[in-house]
Amino acid sequence: MVQNHSEVLRVTLEHLWMVVVSIFLAVLVGIPLGILITRWPGLDKPVLGGANIIQTIPSLALFGFLLPVPWIGARADRLAILALSLYALLPLIRNTYTGIKGVDHSVVEAGRGMGMTDRQLLFQVELPLALGVIIAGVRVATVISVGLATIAAAIGAGGLGEYIFRGLAMVNNQLILAGAIPAAALALLADVSLGWLERRLSPS
Amino acid sequence: MNPSPQNGVAIAFRDVSYSFSAGNDLLNHLNLQIHRGETFVLLGRSGSGKTTTLKLINDLVSPTTGEVLVEGRATTQWDRIRLRRGIGYVIQDAGLFPHFTVERNVGLVPTIEQWSADRIRQRVAELLQLVGLDPALGGRYPRELSGGQRQRVGVARALAADPPILLMDEPFGALDPITRAELQREFMSLQQRLQKTVVFVTHDLREALLLGSRIALMETGRLVAALPPDEFVKSADPLVQKYLDAFGAKANGNGGTS
Repeated sequence: MVQNHSEVLRVTLEHLWMVVVSIFLAVLVGIPLGILITRWPGLDKPVLGGANIIQTIPSLALFGFLLPVPWIGARADRLAILALSLYALLPLIRNTYTGIKGVDHSVVEAGRGMGMTDRQLLFQVELPLALGVIIAGVRVATVISVGLATIAAAIGAGGLGEYIFRGLAMVNNQLILAGAIPAAALALLADVSLGWLERRLSPS
Repeated sequence: MNPSPQNGVAIAFRDVSYSFSAGNDLLNHLNLQIHRGETFVLLGRSGSGKTTTLKLINDLVSPTTGEVLVEGRATTQWDRIRLRRGIGYVIQDAGLFPHFTVERNVGLVPTIEQWSADRIRQRVAELLQLVGLDPALGGRYPRELSGGQRQRVGVARALAADPPILLMDEPFGALDPITRAELQREFMSLQQRLQKTVVFVTHDLREALLLGSRIALMETGRLVAALPPDEFVKSADPLVQKYLDAFGAKANGNGGTS
């Protein structure tokens, strides 16, 4: 049974940690990759296609696939974090790409015509103007991750999914809710706070 | 306005063609000389190649064959960034950065040229005054300005580093007639003082006659004629005639109002 509140809190933090680390890693890879494919015209379709394919792999199967990977498969939490990062890639790459591509063409051309270098255009014009769309990608990725991370319990990575799986096995609704309610609250919290950030950082 | 184009060639097109893909020519063997201090108007309908011609000058587009000389050197020989920073560029709807204040927009080229903050501030104030804007507008964002004000900011931004050449791509095209007339007038007096080499793209014959020291009519990527306004209205060339007809400007033949 759910022993006490501090136990729920510990598991929730464990859950949150998995999500935060995986999103952090995905941002580190996904945003530069999204920028890169706006610079290399032939690269956009294969990269977006690849990220799309990852998205279609059922999560349990992905955990299974990663199990034999040397360093990763050795610990369940590493494995869960990698899987979550992979799932988060698509929204991050796609939103970075469409955000930059969506910047008003005349603004970019004006900048280029005035002698801004590619780097100056990227950091002073394109990224600031695409920031709202990019944050929206982070938001989608985070909300998806909070949900997916519950499945990580199936491979013993802990998190709120543990209550849910245990509850299912024991046919105990109270236990299921002890996992599901904090997970839903986390997702909502992420959605609201990143939504706020998104509005703050969107130009005009 | 500048009837004596004898003060040297600022920009020259030597047998320039440009095409996206083979057989799809946007520009066809263009030869042109633009003199220092003149207002050279590229006139023509949509798709005639006038904007492409303009973009060849600051190397936003590179010639497929032939060469474009700016200050005697081919654009392909220039350091592209240096070339562009020495050429002011104004486009329709101004192309202002929506996330920059008016001040930062105007001070863009000085900033990337790493002028001191003091010097930039001083220059921005000077420019806002020059284009008839209240310096108090400096802290506003482009969306908080009227169309005419935005276009003035666009002109100020292009003039910021005092470039000898100014490219203007239908700068007044999106404005209402009254604001447009106002900006045209101010542009003329500004040009009289600054004597920049201006290449001005428009499809509006009246604007061309009013502002141009020479008018180059373009049609499907070819140069039809390049003449001063008074000769342009008298030209016997059938394509020029057709353009004049379209504006009902054939009979009265009133040239530049300068």
